[in-house]
Amino acid sequence: MKISARAVLSASTALGLVAALTACGPDEGSEGQTLTYWASNQGASVEEDQEVLQPALDRFTEETGIEVELEVVPWSELYNRVLTAVSSGNSPDVLNIGNTWAASLQETGAFVPFEGAELEAVGGEERFVATSFATGGAEGAPPTSVPLYGLSYALFYNPTMFEEAGIEEPPATWEEFVDTANELTRDTDDDGEIDQYGFGLEGGNERQNSHMAFILGRQQGGRLWADQGPTFSSDAQVTAVKQWVDLMATEDVVDPSSAEFSDGTQAIADFVDERSAMTIVQGSARTTMAARDFDDYEIAEVPVLDPLPGEPVQSIAAGINISVFNDTDDQEGALRLVEHLTSPQEQVYLSQEFQTLPVATESYDSEELQDESMDTFRRILAEHSEPMPLIPEEGQMETVLGAAIGGIFADVATGSEITEADVRQAMEDAEAEMDAAN
Amino acid sequence: MSFTEEPRPGAAPGSDRRRSRRPGWFLPYGMILPAAVLELLVHIIPMLLGIYISFTSLTQLTIRRWTTAPFVWFDNFVRGLDPGSALGSALFESLFRTIVYTVLVVGLSWALGMAAAVALNTRFRGRGVLRTLFLVPYALPVYVAAILWAFMFNQRDGMVNRVLVQDMGLLDERPFWLIGENAFWVLVIVSVWRLWPFAFLMLLAALQSIPGDVYEAAAIDGASTWKRFTDITLPMVRSANLVVLLVMGLWTFNEFNIPYLLFGDTSPESARLISPLIYEHSFVNWNFGLGAAMSVLLLVVLIVASAIYVRMVLPKGSGND
Amino acid sequence: MIETKGFRWFRKVVLTFLTVFTVLPLYVLVVTSVKPLENVRGTFTWFPDRITFQPFVDMWTTIPLASYLGNSLIVTTTATVLALLVAVLAAYPLSRLRFRGKRLFSMTVLSTQMFPGILFLLPLFLIFVRVEDLIGVELTGSYLGLIVTYLTFALPFSIWMLAGYFSAIPEGLEEAAMIDGTTRVGALVRVILPVARPGIIAVGVFAFITAWGEVLFASVLTDTQTRTLSIGLKLYTSQTDTLWNQLLAASLTISLPVVIAFMLIQRYLVSGLSAGAVK
Repeated sequence: MKISARAVLSASTALGLVAALTACGPDEGSEGQTLTYWASNQGASVEEDQEVLQPALDRFTEETGIEVELEVVPWSELYNRVLTAVSSGNSPDVLNIGNTWAASLQETGAFVPFEGAELEAVGGEERFVATSFATGGAEGAPPTSVPLYGLSYALFYNPTMFEEAGIEEPPATWEEFVDTANELTRDTDDDGEIDQYGFGLEGGNERQNSHMAFILGRQQGGRLWADQGPTFSSDAQVTAVKQWVDLMATEDVVDPSSAEFSDGTQAIADFVDERSAMTIVQGSARTTMAARDFDDYEIAEVPVLDPLPGEPVQSIAAGINISVFNDTDDQEGALRLVEHLTSPQEQVYLSQEFQTLPVATESYDSEELQDESMDTFRRILAEHSEPMPLIPEEGQMETVLGAAIGGIFADVATGSEITEADVRQAMEDAEAEMDAAN
Repeated sequence: MSFTEEPRPGAAPGSDRRRSRRPGWFLPYGMILPAAVLELLVHIIPMLLGIYISFTSLTQLTIRRWTTAPFVWFDNFVRGLDPGSALGSALFESLFRTIVYTVLVVGLSWALGMAAAVALNTRFRGRGVLRTLFLVPYALPVYVAAILWAFMFNQRDGMVNRVLVQDMGLLDERPFWLIGENAFWVLVIVSVWRLWPFAFLMLLAALQSIPGDVYEAAAIDGASTWKRFTDITLPMVRSANLVVLLVMGLWTFNEFNIPYLLFGDTSPESARLISPLIYEHSFVNWNFGLGAAMSVLLLVVLIVASAIYVRMVLPKGSGND
Repeated sequence: MIETKGFRWFRKVVLTFLTVFTVLPLYVLVVTSVKPLENVRGTFTWFPDRITFQPFVDMWTTIPLASYLGNSLIVTTTATVLALLVAVLAAYPLSRLRFRGKRLFSMTVLSTQMFPGILFLLPLFLIFVRVEDLIGVELTGSYLGLIVTYLTFALPFSIWMLAGYFSAIPEGLEEAAMIDGTTRVGALVRVILPVARPGIIAVGVFAFITAWGEVLFASVLTDTQTRTLSIGLKLYTSQTDTLWNQLLAASLTISLPVVIAFMLIQRYLVSGLSAGAVK
């Protein structure tokens, strides 16, 4: 008996040993003059991003002697990885992430505020495009992030289809836009089924839905958030949302199938496949189009209401911001890396590779970036963009509001009539959900 | 309540008492030690910490120093579980939906698994192939299974609508599956597809232990196939059945992966199960206190349901030790 | 076993239905993996416009699939073997020995099955970080953390099933062996384990699959180097596109070893073993 019990105990010990041995898996690198940089995924794949970023980081190492260990984190994991980094203190030194998270991450207190010496160390406020810089954190507090890649929405259209339909100019007002979309919605092969739609969107895409609710809402004179909380159900916002879903519901210029689209690539794919003649997406969509060898498109400003009850907002000030973790052992080095990546020279390189917009104003003078579409994008970003509400609940708001609008699209696609009262109800429900959770 | 029967009373009376005095008394403890340590580290302590979190205001404001998150007593419960509020009513709706979903998925999976196990517990050509084949859905990573079905249920181009509209002409219009009311049924189908092989595997293993001569005796007595199934098969695999049903029920109730992978961060309302809903509060909105309070409700529901189940299915007195 | 006509019909209907239900999605999986991407994008076709094996080549370079596969195999196999070992050790006293605290232990173990993963995901991570700080063993971002987690996830069910299988084995078997001078542990290894083989295999398959497909905890406990397949496969979907054909080709490829392993062990799941032992 004794022996067997001992055998059991030694088996347990052996187990522990095996466990300890298997612990010797791949490990983090050394410390000292090495910075860890987590980059969100911009291009077609993680590998591609690494190839783009490595030369930029090599130039930094050459300049400063500081090594950078790069990890490109896919979006599907990014949020949880940031969460674990913040809660455990096992964080990288530098991180880049979507700018709509800026206010939320600011609240954690895990990031270095950019003011005074820290702000000067990364080039000072005057380096950056003002609309992009405004996304760095909540108003009234020093930002905890500075812009890294700028993005804006634009109207993409297919000039060949425009020509076929005898349309010469891209639409400038919303009314023209809807008319144009109607003209371009056709049954090209006369089989009784519409096979070309005037406009393409993603009914299930929460981000696009809430961004468009913001843009059209601002044009209507509304806003998504007031001091006390959400104002989704204000008259202006309800009209704006109705305006957006009516493209499918009453104007029939959008393929009902797209009520199911949600991943941010499907509306672009339809545009590339010439199933739709126009779409409103961010400039980074050009990488997808390039990957599909598609270049039959032109870019125009986003249509604006006329008469305009509100502001001529065409886009959110979209993009990616970069932050430095408080826990870094080498804050100076980390700030130098931020400075390097946002410098006018690197910005020219990065914006070409990722099809983003430079966040350093100086970069726009660069020879390499002189073309018409860059000019359009710059104008939209610099002159017609506002940041989404700079509130800690921003991410939640996009999810709740975007899903509510997605629900309306689903109702439309499955055959329900949608009235203004229905839209208002959906917006009130979304508001109640936001209020209850906060 | 244990499926782990005590040594039969008649086997060796008094031997137990003697055993416990022997020097080897610690043998059972040594044997359960590794399991106990692991359970403590991975399940019990994190769970207790989770319950503690449900009483704190753990949000993005406090997550960095989570040990100092303010203790707010029942605040999260009051806010999250009030059926009158938008949050609470959504939670209870999804709780009810999750119960319906669980009953459907477990019921169907068990029925399919049992039928397949009985059918494949006989000798015929090709049963080895089928045994392996039926386990494949279970072996595919859940990500692949979910995304494969989403691919098939795609409204415009998917295989399902192609069959229904184009190949068989049953419908004129291509219905939507992944949004609207149908999303619930897609969720059930995909979940059953993933789960039934598990029931099949466990029940087949249990059937294997029924000696063949029991059936032969019954057949000679002229019992019908159905009668043999209800009178012999079912009682013989009872203990496996009870555990399999209970465990499948618990898993299905807590199912997160399939809805999350099929529908993303927010499921269509018809298919909004409780785990993804809590995930949204915890990991999308970083309101961990609230999410934890909702999960505690989930836990209480499961404990009550399991207790009722155990009481119903186990004969009285078997749980005394 | 005598088979009636009705039973044969039942068998035919059940097996046909289940075969179609199982095979249809698998057919889509296989046929899509050999289609060129343009062919995948349009309406589903039953046959490829042209068969290509390019996805099977490209999938290795689009993402570091081989490394993910290696990680998954290391984590899953280790977790399965250890889970079986720990579960057999714990299940045996539950079914055979009498000891104080047995009921507490068995109830606690089973009740852990009720714990919603989302409730203890964050706490588990926080505790792992604490343990790391205390004893310096890397638990997050390493194989060890995942192995310990998956191994424990498989335990409750494995212990309960094994205890059930052990209980079904007549005690006379090991008593006979113990009279011959074998210790209790020796009897467990030499007598009980062979007889309980179908149960052990079933539980092993269960433990393997539990770890093989897990998504939620892997997304928090792994980093780039230790990323497992179940979350790594997501990377065929990028910001810009979903490479369906490569994704499905990779799914097919990584499923093959598992399917082959199942095929090999399913023959050990055959009947007659325990029946023979009873006689």
